[in-house]
Order: sequence, then structure tokens, then C-alpha cells
Amino acid sequence: MSNLTHLTIAQALKSMDKGEFTATELTQAHIEAMAARRSLNAYITETPELALGQAKAADDRRRAGTAGGLEGIPLGIKDLFCTKGVLTTAASHILDGFTPQYESTVSANLLKAGAVTLGKLNLDEFAMGSSNMTSHYGAVENPWKRTSDPAARLVPGGSSGGSAAAVSARIAMGATGTDTGGSIRQPAAFCGITGIKPTYGRCSRWGIVAFASSLDQAGPMARTVEDCALMLNAMAGHDPKDSTSAPMPVPDFAKALTGDIRGLKVGIPLEYRPDGLNAEVLKVWEQGIEWLRAAGATPVEISLPHTKYALPTYYIVAPAEASSNLARYDGVRFGLRVPGTSLDDMYKKTRAAGFGKEVRRRIMIGTYVLSAGYYDAYYAKAQKVRRMIAEDFRKAFETVDVILTPTAPSAAFGMGENMDDPVTMWLNDVFTIPTSLAGLPGLSLPAGLSSDGLPLGLQLIGRPFDEETVFKVAGVMESAAQFTAAPEGI
Amino acid sequence: MSLDKAAVRAIAELARIEVADDELDHLAGELTGILTFVEQLAEVDTNGVEPMSSVAAMTLPMRKDAVTDGGYAAAVLANAPDAKEGFFTVPKVVE
Repeated sequence: MSNLTHLTIAQALKSMDKGEFTATELTQAHIEAMAARRSLNAYITETPELALGQAKAADDRRRAGTAGGLEGIPLGIKDLFCTKGVLTTAASHILDGFTPQYESTVSANLLKAGAVTLGKLNLDEFAMGSSNMTSHYGAVENPWKRTSDPAARLVPGGSSGGSAAAVSARIAMGATGTDTGGSIRQPAAFCGITGIKPTYGRCSRWGIVAFASSLDQAGPMARTVEDCALMLNAMAGHDPKDSTSAPMPVPDFAKALTGDIRGLKVGIPLEYRPDGLNAEVLKVWEQGIEWLRAAGATPVEISLPHTKYALPTYYIVAPAEASSNLARYDGVRFGLRVPGTSLDDMYKKTRAAGFGKEVRRRIMIGTYVLSAGYYDAYYAKAQKVRRMIAEDFRKAFETVDVILTPTAPSAAFGMGENMDDPVTMWLNDVFTIPTSLAGLPGLSLPAGLSSDGLPLGLQLIGRPFDEETVFKVAGVMESAAQFTAAPEGI
Repeated sequence: MSLDKAAVRAIAELARIEVADDELDHLAGELTGILTFVEQLAEVDTNGVEPMSSVAAMTLPMRKDAVTDGGYAAAVLANAPDAKEGFFTVPKVVE
């Protein structure tokens, strides 16, 4: 039954509607595959019994004619979403044993649509990282291998590294991710799958462990553009419990996949072509431009002049917000507590033991840039540059409908690489961070393989709340790319 | 900005994270490297630019000032490392 794990979500829904197999059979196949590929370390917590119970209920609803949009589809949930009664760790030691008493809005929406949840997926600690190397629960392995060196273990990207690895390895049909500076798009590119960070406000943040609240956004990761659209249909929507969630109707994103992009203008930002850009990345990008031209769209050179300031802006804004959000981990209400001689001493010992090095580093930077005497020079300055970056995009979208860029500056790298200093690792997100600062939708899809056999992704950026155009263009690119490669042995 | 050991100790104190003395030098170097990287923003002319705190083009919605939820003391305390008599406990704070 292992071939069931190779279906897309759309195919599986059709087959189950026709009675070709049941959600229970589909779920069982995924549970077996999940167990067989445990060496990837994609899941922190597997919930096979919960999944089989949900699958049985899904089969009952389908028989009763009340099937939802994702009825019986086995998904993985990034372990940053609170799940009622299921351990939620954020891949941090400080959340030891934390069992939420409530369900995040996005995961609740998926359950309402009939989804089956296979378990909780590994990530960088508190979603801070681009390699999944900072997880307290250990690194995740990318199922893809270099043809020149198949023994080398590669990172899946991050922070949604477990999500990307699981979808790529066919141990989930789709997965939730979250994206603060590229955490859906970069791992999607590294693992040869599709993922979209919707417009800020499209999905509720309620019940998602907070990292940087003005940037965090949930989104789907799956093997096709259509599957991402089907998942986002279920995930998105206004939620009174998140004051920044947009009170806007959710269109049927799958209906946007018309295949017709004639007359659309596609922006090609010259700042995303720095000297020394990886030649293979550049080649895939140029190929993408040609596909769009062939489909009747018009490439237009644009300028986003403040692009080079996005990374330093992000590394002030995001740590500042993180230092505030992570103040709640104090050993009093949940998770780890290390005893101390006083209340302050308990806080300090708990936080020293509970946070990993990258998280500690970001909390300290955030604390510093918000501290008296430095606030204006760092934080207020970054907020101003952030507006200029957002303005760059606003102006560009006066003349173009969508923007095409590479997703990441390289293919997946090896475990232990880029670890020498924090800024080197952060450069992975150089193409995704500007979109995050501007709150725009950004989608990554696999567009080709490097000469070493690794997937390379392209990113499509859209206007606020215009995911439909992004999906439409992505659908055309997907058809042109014919990316059918899968990791060896999967 | 170059941070010395005393500055790192002060930041750690503000962040309520205990840092061992033998880590201070390393952290000072790392944090200084990050600050040097972000300080390139100084070259951007931001005169007259309003700081942007959120991309959401909306004012925060108000709801009716009414109790709409609650009464879950046991659920609230369920994850506490140490709870007694319906309360969170902490080390003694008043001498």
C-alpha cells in the first residue's frame, strides 16, 4: 500500500470520493512510512492512534455525505502549533512536557475540514534557524542526497525543516509551516516541495508559539501548488482571537489555478542578482522567466532599492519582538523550572538551562536594541527602514502583478556547514526576508535540480491578499517545470 | 558598538538569563559581530520616515467589554511545574 503515500492531496481526495480506498487505509500507509523513515528525525511526536481515530471518523463522514475539504488527508503539524492534549515543544527544552489545553486556530480549522494529524514536526528551536540544527530534539535530515557525495547528510532548511522533510519523504501528504523570515519557503526549496507564506493576517496566529508577532504567519507545505491551495482554503480565515487576523473573505484558492497568465506583468528585481550569485541558481531563475514569457506573461525589470538593508532590519526587529515574546518562559506557568534561591534566581537558572544558544543570542540582541539609550539608534531606525522596504514593493506593484526571484542563494547544504558565525547562517534568508518585512505573500516551488542532484526553488511574491495571482502563476510554472524528481529511495 | 564583558553581563541580567563568567568573552565577540552587521542601517537616510510597527493596514478592533470566556482554573494550572491550592507557586519574594 506504500504507493498511497505518493499521491497528491487532490488525487487522494478524488480516489476516496470514488471509494477506491479509505482514509483509514491511507492513514495506515502513512503511519507505516513514518515509522520506516524515523531516521530522518522529522517528527518530534508521532500520534498514530489519534490519527487512526480521526481517519475512522473521516470515513464515517464521507459515507454520510458530510465530507470536508480535506476529509481523511494525513498531515503533519509543525510543533509550533498548540495541539490539545498533544505535547507541544517548539523544539525547546524550556517547554518540557507542555501539553496545551487548547487547539490553535489553524490546526482546529484543518481538523474541521476533516484532516488527519500524524504528529508534530521538528523545527529549529522557537523557529529560529535556517537549518533545523538548533532543535533541542536533534537535527532533521534532508531526504535528498548529493549525487557526488551520497553519504553526506544535508540539512532540510529551516525553521520548518521537519515539515519540508516529511512532505518530501512521503511521510505526510502536506504539513503546516510557519514563516517569520523564510521558514516555509527556504526549507520548501531545499526539499523540493511547494510552500506558501500567505499575506500577514491571512491565517490566525492564535495558538501558535510566538516568535516575532509582526512577522509570524502560518502557511501550507505540500508537493503541488494545488495541494497548497486546498490546504490554505482550510487554514485561512478571520479569527476574533487574533487582533491582526484580517476580517476578509477567503476565496477558493484552487479556483485561481486557471493556467492563463497571458498579459500578466512579472517583476524581475535587479537587486536579487548580486555579483557572485550562484550560477545554477541564476540559471534556474532565467529558465523560470522564459517559462512565464512562453505562457504569455511579460517580464519587467524592476528595482527594490532597499533590498540590501532587509537582513539587518530583520535582525533588529525579529530579535526585539522575540525578546519580548519569550519573556513568558519563566518557570512559573508551564514547562521547565530550575529551582533558585529567589524568584529572580529561578528565572535566570530556568532560562539559562531551557534556551539553546541561538535563542539566547537573539533574546540578548533583542534585549539590547530595546534597552534605554539604544532604542532609537537600533529599533526605531529598523522600523523606519522597514517602511522603506515595504514602500519599494508597493511602488513595484504599481507596474507589475507578481515578482519572481530565487528562493534561496544555494541548494541544501551539509549539516555543520554555515555554522561558523551566526550572520553566515542568516544569509540563507536574504531573498525571503524582504517579503516578510513587507507582509506580502510569497510562494516557493521546485524549479529544477542542481548539477549535484539537489532541488532549487523559485519564489513568487504577490500583492497583499492577492494569493490568487501567486497561485495562478505558480500553477503555470509548475506545469512548465515538470519537476517529478523524488529523493533516492523514496 | 563594541560590547565588553560588563555590557554582556548587564544584558543577561535584563534578559534574566544566567551566563557563566567563562562565556562572557565569547558572547561579547558574537554580539559585537551582530551589532556591527546591523549598524549598516546608519547609512540609510530615514529623515521624515514614520516607523512601521505592523504591516496590517488596520486599527486594532475593539470588542464589547464583557466576560466571554473563563472558569478553567484547572486547565490554566495543568502545565504548572508546581501548583498548590489553585495557585501557581514561586520562591518566597517577601522577607
